[in-house]
Amino acid sequence: MSDSKAIFLKDATVNAADGDQRAFIRKALGGYYVNRDLQKARYRDWERARDAASLAKWSAVNDLANVLEKFTANFERNGGVVHWARDAAEARAIILKIAKDADAKAIVKSKCMTSEEIHLNEALEKAGYGVVESDLGEFIQQLRGEAPYHFVFPCMHVKREAISELFTKHLGTAPTDSPEELTMIARRHLRQLYVDADIGITGANFLVAETGQISITENEGNARLTAALPRIHIALSGIEKVVSHLDDLSVLLPMLATAGAGQPMTCYNTLYSGPRKKGECDGPEEFHLVLLDNARTRLLADPEQRDALHCIRCGACLNVCPIFKNIGGLAYGTTYQGPIGSVITPHLRGLKQWNHLSGASSLCGACTDACPVRIDLHHHLLHNRRNAAKESPTLFDRVFHHGFNFVIKRPWLFATGGRIFRATLPLLQKLPLPYMGAWMKTRDLPKAPASSFRDQWKNDHA
Amino acid sequence: MPDARSDIFARIREALKVKAPKPHLKGEPAAGKTSAVAKPWLPEGGETADASLSILAEQLAKLKAVLIRVPDHAAAAKAVADLSSSKGWKKVAYHGHPLTRPIAAALTCETWEADASFDKQKLEGCDAGLTTCEAIVAQLGAILVSSASSGGRALSILPHVHVVVAEASQVVPDLGSSLALVQARHGKDMPSMLSFITGPSRTGDIERILVLGAHGPKELYLVLVG
Ligand code: SF4
Repeated sequence: MSDSKAIFLKDATVNAADGDQRAFIRKALGGYYVNRDLQKARYRDWERARDAASLAKWSAVNDLANVLEKFTANFERNGGVVHWARDAAEARAIILKIAKDADAKAIVKSKCMTSEEIHLNEALEKAGYGVVESDLGEFIQQLRGEAPYHFVFPCMHVKREAISELFTKHLGTAPTDSPEELTMIARRHLRQLYVDADIGITGANFLVAETGQISITENEGNARLTAALPRIHIALSGIEKVVSHLDDLSVLLPMLATAGAGQPMTCYNTLYSGPRKKGECDGPEEFHLVLLDNARTRLLADPEQRDALHCIRCGACLNVCPIFKNIGGLAYGTTYQGPIGSVITPHLRGLKQWNHLSGASSLCGACTDACPVRIDLHHHLLHNRRNAAKESPTLFDRVFHHGFNFVIKRPWLFATGGRIFRATLPLLQKLPLPYMGAWMKTRDLPKAPASSFRDQWKNDHA
Repeated sequence: MPDARSDIFARIREALKVKAPKPHLKGEPAAGKTSAVAKPWLPEGGETADASLSILAEQLAKLKAVLIRVPDHAAAAKAVADLSSSKGWKKVAYHGHPLTRPIAAALTCETWEADASFDKQKLEGCDAGLTTCEAIVAQLGAILVSSASSGGRALSILPHVHVVVAEASQVVPDLGSSLALVQARHGKDMPSMLSFITGPSRTGDIERILVLGAHGPKELYLVLVG
């Protein structure tokens, strides 16, 4: 068993038994379901809008080389600098070099899952830079020393009492149980940090080829401040974020917000085309964009699962996933949790180590229904299972499949086996079967029919 | 060793040699016409100016942004002055523009044209920022500001209150029309920042409970003239 699987099984077992925590997560998501449905109802045809959103991403991803080339040419024409990173280490090295050349003292960051993917904070801290996460949820997770629980709602599992204690410990503030007061504590604490920082690091939700702009979606205003006040702006993005036309955002921006957070649009959707222009009074002097591959091209090379690159990271598939709601986001041990994480992590980090996530699914299909860009998530989980069984079959896979293959090709053996099975089925109910104990405790096996299907068919059609 | 850029492009080209089937979807890729194609499916933005204005009012109310409709510029100045005195603002920064200057001049508190002499520390201490905008999107209740229309990047996000003054004719029905408008207006020379503001800054990070004023403005006013 891989280490990641062992950890996953242990954490998932503990979390699934924690009724309190599960109730808390369900309650936290309750408001989201209501708002999402209200907003979806404003769409005159949500299903057709999903088709349009999906097609916009499909056409960009399937023409990625041309669209990326166009994007970078326009981005550079606007005065930005593009850096290419094949993997996480290259991306970290690029950002560290920019920080070093700038002689940076303080770095402020807004939410960026790609930076979690490359473990940027650890690298910057190791090199001696102070890095502060400015998104409230990420700020709380940074103080807790914990990875995000959900890639859109990073600290949705933390109760207000714990946040109050955390702030008292790290910021010396008086305890409070009001979410509003807690938010204001973080606001006051972070404001001066934006003003003092020399580098602001953000992610990007979309790269617009036609105009060379990057689009950043957020609610709090921290990304806007991060890209406004520091002298240098560094954006980090996966290469798959590119769309062909500015007009594509007319569908993608509202659908991202509605699917992921139950909003008509998130509070701020901002397009940056370059550093401060001549005649503008503020904004960074330098604008760097780090474009990251990090195994995305491996996913691109699989035409069957290529559509997983359409993901706009809205989080909707997590919010509806029964597995996510029961085991929680941290148990996954991945940057991207939930169904989309289970689909792409085996590609990004290795199928053998991470295929167990594809098994952790009831295949209910709620994720596929929720996805605004129509990624066929639950079938991809099946594809991963099949690929894993092909690539490195377990002993069980081998014995079972060979055995099945052997039996199914020999009708007499199949019939004999069936007869024995039917005769012993009542016995099985009483035996302590390996692996099946918990399942059998609350379930009865069906009664065995008197004769096999083949015999019944023969008799009826005789 | 080839550089990272050529390597990544080579990987992409290699990967795309095997075509993915077009997904089982209705319609064809819209090639730059997404908003026109998807218009009948998206939330309504209003077919007439009046319809758009009423959708806008409804959306802004839901977002907890305040819409103040006034008949003319003198009334706009009075409305902002009243707001300023009732809230007790001491310092207001504004974007230098024919729409905002008379309003700033009518304020009794300290005012300062932020784009004429930018100072981020001073801006941080302001009670309110007063700006114009590029367009207003009725469909979503979103106000599109830019570094050109709003005194740079910080003025519309750093002060605790944001007041936008606009002409009613700046209201467009939907997101697609606003994107087309800025493209027509700025062409290849886009302002370095364009931002859709949809209500006051907010967060739900603590127990998914909505709190206004996370890092940006806690209050958002749209003064619409005409
Ligand atoms: S897979 Fe779909 S639903 Fe899940 S985060 Fe990505 S876009 Fe959203």
